[in-house]
Order: sequence, then structure tokens, then C-alpha cells
Amino acid sequence: MADPTVIADDVHVVYKVHAGGRKGGATAALGRLLSRRPGPGVREVHAVRGVSFTAYRGEAIGLIGTNGSGKSTLLKAIAGLQPVTRGRVYSQGRPSLLGVNAALMNDLSGERNVILGGLAMGMSRGQIRERYQGIVDFSGINEKGDFVSLPMRTYSSGMGARLRFSIAAAKDHDVLMIDEALATGDAAFQRRSQERVEELRERAGTVFLVSHGIATVRATCDRAIWLESGVLRMDGPAAEVCDAYEAFTRRA
Amino acid sequence: MEDRRKGRRPVTVPTAPARPRPPGPGRPKGATAPSSPAALAAAHGLIVSGARPSLTRYIAALWGRRHFVTAYATARMHATYSTARLGQLWHLATPLLNAAVYYFIFGVVMNASHNVPDYVPFLLTGIFVWDFIGSSVNAGTRAIHGNLGLVRALHFPRASLPLSTVIQLFQQLLVTMGTLVVLLLALGQTPGPSWLLAFPTLLLTAVFCAGCALVMARIGSKSPDVSQLMPFVLRTWMYSSGVMWSIDKVLKRDDLPHWVALALKANPAAVYIDLMRFSLIDSFTARSLPHHVWPLAIGWALLAGVGGFLYFWKAEEEYGRG
Ligand SMILES: Nc1ncnc2c1ncn2[C@@H]1O[C@H](COP(=O)(O)OP(=O)(O)O)[C@@H](O)[C@H]1O
Ligand SMILES: [Mg+2]
Repeated sequence: MADPTVIADDVHVVYKVHAGGRKGGATAALGRLLSRRPGPGVREVHAVRGVSFTAYRGEAIGLIGTNGSGKSTLLKAIAGLQPVTRGRVYSQGRPSLLGVNAALMNDLSGERNVILGGLAMGMSRGQIRERYQGIVDFSGINEKGDFVSLPMRTYSSGMGARLRFSIAAAKDHDVLMIDEALATGDAAFQRRSQERVEELRERAGTVFLVSHGIATVRATCDRAIWLESGVLRMDGPAAEVCDAYEAFTRRA
Repeated sequence: MEDRRKGRRPVTVPTAPARPRPPGPGRPKGATAPSSPAALAAAHGLIVSGARPSLTRYIAALWGRRHFVTAYATARMHATYSTARLGQLWHLATPLLNAAVYYFIFGVVMNASHNVPDYVPFLLTGIFVWDFIGSSVNAGTRAIHGNLGLVRALHFPRASLPLSTVIQLFQQLLVTMGTLVVLLLALGQTPGPSWLLAFPTLLLTAVFCAGCALVMARIGSKSPDVSQLMPFVLRTWMYSSGVMWSIDKVLKRDDLPHWVALALKANPAAVYIDLMRFSLIDSFTARSLPHHVWPLAIGWALLAGVGGFLYFWKAEEEYGRG
């Protein structure tokens, strides 16, 4: 039997949302610190409700579902970045989560971010030197001029996301999770990313992919998990789950 | 593997919010096929996601990232004044301009220099060492919270961030202290063996600052509001640490309560600043130092360093959440 890399066992995630305003000066901050009680405006959002599945080595799993169905939350829980309210997530090694939103270090140049990102992931300086050109070429940010020596805050969000993906993909991960990062690039970058996902998977890792583009999931993944309102609706071969999901969205 | 993937039927699960758990006792419990998820995880060496590593493994992981820690410190040092025309020169110009302002206000206007021999080196030492301590606390508060993008994107021991911030500030301190030494020589101080005491003082101050930064990093990651309060806390701390006035002289003049005197003299910032003055300035003699100054300096460093590290590690799995 194949090796499991991620086991989700009845995972529930509940967000506690502080509905009150969070702005104010130093005195308001002091007041909040001193009265440690949660204000009257605390609401709960049950984002993931009892999801169980087992992911195996060598699988590329697409996570699909309408907006707000809990896909990003589930990935964060798998990565250990979001505490689960009930249930457990077991994983092989340290799952790495790639999101599109945050850049690595905005004030530093792309070049420094490549080096620091590599070092942070535990690569040696030699390994980074070896793969540096590959990472920059892969991201394609240097195609329109020498952008890699500029601070990342000058990048468009697509460029930042591409560089982040390239840095993270330079290392072989046991479990790599990609949250809509592939959707941000142009067609050429998407094709390269798909090839890279394929490679990572062949090197015996597991890849999770959240994408709005059902076509991307069909092309990249062999298995799909469909979440709806935090509940696992369907889990199976990508083609079948995508068909069912598309039938569902057409009806709705 | 291919067989398994192709052969699996899609499982459609009803949309009820709470899915009934598979009945445990009814399933076969074979020795080869683990029955529960926990047993399956244990059989394949999977660990609970996001669990905190043991202290020894954590230290080992941190050591494994030592190149990241130093590279990050250097990168930040270069990024600090990257938008300024004069660039790296500001690492020197900023503390010197600060010193000039303090000299004018405290030395000239308020006459704090009265009775303090060698007031200029006295003031400069105070400002440079204080800058290191205050900036460590301040930057530590934002070390995690200001780097959430990095924390959420990659896995590495989170203590790398506050520690590399302190290393960056320490590099800056070395630059300013080097300038101070040049200045002292120009002012006619003669280097003596006591100058060597600057090294253990620097080391102890750095350990103390690292501990403070670790503590503040954890607090700041939980309540970002704290960073709004830090300027007030730090200003109070600075004014009570004898940066631009002599604690010793004030204590001699005034009839302060005993505990206030004790607190002023045992204040770690004052201890490190005075030790640095003692080692570099001839006219600052051992009589101006508090009693048991070395045990105090070592004690503060160990308390902050070890305590801060443990305190930070205790919440390792929680950074970047929420
Ligand atoms: N940080 C948060 N705090 C509170 N609620 C959140 C937070 N993030 C997501 N949610 C809520 O959790 C639900 C699932 O969100 P998310 O996982 O982002 O969905 P998806 O990625 O599938 O679009 C949504 O109802 C969303 O409003
Ligand atoms: Mg999402």
C-alpha cells in the first residue's frame, strides 16, 4: 500500500471573529490589553465541518468548491498554521503552504528574497547558487527588464506570486499546498507551473492545489476533493468530481 | 499505486454538518492494516501538524538555519536606508545627530553635564548602548507580526526572526562603538586594559537584548496593540536609565527612598551602560558603579536570554495563526 502523507481525521475549524472596531490610539490599546475579556461582538464562523480524508505519496489533489467554502482554511489547518477546533491532522514532514497574498519581504530585492527564502527553507548556500538562475528564469520576472534587483514592493501582485512559487518550488517538499497561486500567472507561467507540479509529484511528494479554474484542476490533478460550506461533498478521481461540481454550479 | 487511484470510486458524502464517525468497534482490527487514523499515522511516522518540536530539536533546527539568521540580518541592514540618497552613511549619521540633539538639550540647556566629567563620551556611550537595547525591544515586538508573509509561507524556527533582528542591531552597535573609540582617542583618552572589559559587556548586553526581543516578539504576535504602547514604555525606560544624566550624581544629591535608588541602579539598561562607560572612560571610576555590578550584568543576561528563549519556544506552533 502507498504511503499516506496527510491524514485529516474529522477536522473542524471555527473562527472567532471580533466584530468590534480595532482602531484607536494608545489609550484604547491599553484598555483592550487590560480588560482581557473578548468584547460583546464575538461571533463564530464554522468554516470547516468534520472533513476526513487520507492523501498519499505521489498524488496531486485539487480542492474545489464555491467561494467561502473553506478551501483556504482547510489548507491552513493542514499546514499547521490554523488550529483545528476538533479532530486532528497528521502529516509527513512539514507541509508548505503557498498563498498568493503575502510577499516574502517587501523591502528587499527579489534577488535577496530568493536567497533568504532558500536559506529559510533549509537549503545550503551552494544549493541556492546552483538553482538561483533556474528560480529567476522560472518566475519569468526578468523577462521585461532587470526586476530581480528591485524591491519586491515594486512588483505587481502577479510577479510577487510567481517569484514566491518559484522559490518554494525550488525545494522538494513532502507536502506542497498551492492556494490559487497558479491562477495569477499568464498562460506561459501556468504551463511551466503545471510541469513543475508534475515534477514535484513524481519526486514522491503530495501536491494540493486550490484553483478557481476547474480546467487547471482537471489538467494538473488526478484526484479532487469538493468542499461545500465546510463539508466534504465528494472525494474521488478529478474528472468525476469536476463533472459533478460543474453540474452543481450550473444548477445553482 | 495506479491501481488504487484508478480503482477508487468517488465517495459522495451527504451534506449534513456533522458527519457520523465510522463506527470504531465494528471494523476489523488487523495487525497489518491499522484501523484508526491515529494508528495509520503512527504506522507511517506521521506527526500531528503544527505540533511544537521538543526543545533540543528546536535548538538543532535553529542551528541548522544559522545562515538564514545572519543573511537576514545583513539584508535588513542594507534595506534599512535603501531609499535614502546617502544610504549606509545614515547608520552612523542617525545616532550622531541624536547625540547632538541630546547634547544640546540635556548638556547645554538643562545643564546635566554639570559635575559629570567627560560629558560628551559619557553621553555618547549612553546613547549608543541605549539605542541597541531600546531598538531590540522595539524591533522584537514587530519581528513576528511584521513578517507574517514569511511566517505563513515557509517553515523555519520562528526564533530566527527576532534573533536576526538583534544581530542586525548589534552590527549597527559595533559600527557606532567603533566610531566612539575613534572619538575617544581624538579627545585624548588613553587606551588602557579596562578597554578590554568592553567585550564581555557587549556580549552580555547582546544576550540580554536577544532575550528581550524574544519575549517582545511573542507578546507582539499575540497583541499587536503592544507596539502602539512601546514608544511610551521605551521613553520612560530611557529617561530612568541615566542615558544623559548621571544616576550616581542624582542619588548623591537627593534624598530618594531606598527602593527607588536600588531600582535605578539595578535597572539592566543602566547596568550595561555604566559598565561600558566604566570600561572606556577614564574619569568614570568603579565608585560610580552599583555594588555587585558583574553578577547583576550576568544575572540579567541569563534571566532574559534563557527565560526569553523558553518563553518564545513555548508558543512556537502558534506564530502566524489567526
Ligand atoms: N481569518 C478569518 N476570520 C474569520 N472568518 C474567516 C477567516 N478566514 C475565512 N473565514 C471564513 O471562513 C469561511 C471559509 O473561508 P475560506 O477558507 O477562505 O474559503 P475559500 O478559500 O474556500 O474561499 C468563510 O465563510 C470565511 O468568511
Ligand atoms: Mg481561498
